[in-house]
Amino acid sequence: MTRHPLHDVVIVGVHNTKQAKVLDEHDSRSIALDAAIGAVRDAGLRPADIDGVVGPFGNDFLYQHRIGPVWRSLSALGIPAVLEAAAAIACGLASTVLITTGEAGSYREHAATAPWTRPTNEFVAPFGMFTAAEFALMARRHMHLYGTTPEAMAHVAAVIRNNGHVNPEAVFYGRGPFTAADVLASRMIADPFHLLDCAMTSEGGAALVLTSRERSIDCAKSAVTILGGGVDHFGPAYQNPPVWEFGGRQRSDLIGGTVGRRAAELAFAMAGMGPTDVDVCEFYDPFSFEIIRQFEAFGFCGPGEGGDFVLSGAIEPDGQYPVTTDGGTMSFSHGGAAVQLFQRVIRGVQQLRGECLSMQVNGAEVAMCTGGGSGAFFTDVLLLGGERP
Amino acid sequence: MTMLRPQANVVLSSQPSVFSAPYWEGFARGELRFQRCASCSLVTHTPAAICSHCHGADLRWEVSSGRGVLHSFTVVWRPVSPDFDVPYVPVLVVMEEGWTMLSSLIGCEDADAAIGLEVEVEFHQGVDGSWLPYMRPRL
Repeated sequence: MTRHPLHDVVIVGVHNTKQAKVLDEHDSRSIALDAAIGAVRDAGLRPADIDGVVGPFGNDFLYQHRIGPVWRSLSALGIPAVLEAAAAIACGLASTVLITTGEAGSYREHAATAPWTRPTNEFVAPFGMFTAAEFALMARRHMHLYGTTPEAMAHVAAVIRNNGHVNPEAVFYGRGPFTAADVLASRMIADPFHLLDCAMTSEGGAALVLTSRERSIDCAKSAVTILGGGVDHFGPAYQNPPVWEFGGRQRSDLIGGTVGRRAAELAFAMAGMGPTDVDVCEFYDPFSFEIIRQFEAFGFCGPGEGGDFVLSGAIEPDGQYPVTTDGGTMSFSHGGAAVQLFQRVIRGVQQLRGECLSMQVNGAEVAMCTGGGSGAFFTDVLLLGGERP
Repeated sequence: MTMLRPQANVVLSSQPSVFSAPYWEGFARGELRFQRCASCSLVTHTPAAICSHCHGADLRWEVSSGRGVLHSFTVVWRPVSPDFDVPYVPVLVVMEEGWTMLSSLIGCEDADAAIGLEVEVEFHQGVDGSWLPYMRPRL
């Protein structure tokens, strides 16, 4: 099997705090601290075992527990932060790293869309752009190029929302079940996206603990291996409008519409695997179309085939590629700008440990976790495995 | 169906940059400006200091014909803020000279938005006095 330095890094602790539309008793700092304490406990470690922290609230955990001096990174947004922590461990800058994040109290007035969805840039703000409109421009282009239908997108939303409907930890637990027709009947937000095609807004905290395989023998639960990862970015998010055909100079098929492909190829190469080895797809689901796009970008199906792919039965809990099994940002939680971008990774870990309260994929050995944003400017990939490759 | 009009309450909520000042200054004169590389002739937007193709640093401003073709669009019903009247229709437009810009469709109904629609620029002033480049169907 392929060997890679990241394979000696494992995830040993994960924790989602309570997720809710509003967490009255919290602010972002307090919920992130709760998340951190939960993840360290989940790992069976003590705060003193942590010698590296990631993110602004990791820094607060470090100070409050007086565990310094330790390694520290400001990286805060999802999979790139996980890979940075893993790289720090792989090359000896730290041995056990805590990543923690949280958001509460920053979005309580809903007249405008959530603050993290609203660019202030001169080229997009005057035209009323926000996250839903950004992704809608991409989805509309895909409909034009390949005939992708709102029904296919609605099916994705129904599957993911139904995963959340049966998840006792989901913000929208028990709020379903949904059919594609229900999604299509919900009010229009940014055509082709109806309300139920879109992520929710909510509050919560999320944290992870990574360490070396060597040290993980002291931990409470089975370690989850980092099989590979990749980070695909095209430039500043939300400042330049998302264009499906936007390309760089790397390769003609690496365009805005396929962002994440290079990252997935890199991750699969590190793991010595391909798409057919993936047992569970914990894909980032800000909007229903984004799932269709990712299956194409990552090579699970060909260009333009994503609509048929998601309608084939593949993404349901009993299909070959169960998707976003806790309900994702549509039904589980969104938790603000940063939290959501760690929660696919946490769910991947839970699947590989076999500890999901709902929609556990039996015998799952490889999980593909993703994050992204801004319509088409970045997509990040992390491959996790229950076994060392 | 709703006739799409310029937004009444929108302000230019961020300051033009060193790179983009000539772009914004053109609107008051009725000019939609873009950059062309003096070395390789590539056209570009948003305003930059470096040619994205040859990495040359001599980008020169030109005035666009203002005509383009609608590349993608979305009809927005949940406004980004209460300042925006709905529906509004953000559009990506590929201009005649080959560069792409984001704008908003006016002068037709929301149901008229379609990829391939031929459009042309029309400038309108926001409540703060700043000019914005909207797109309307070409007559």
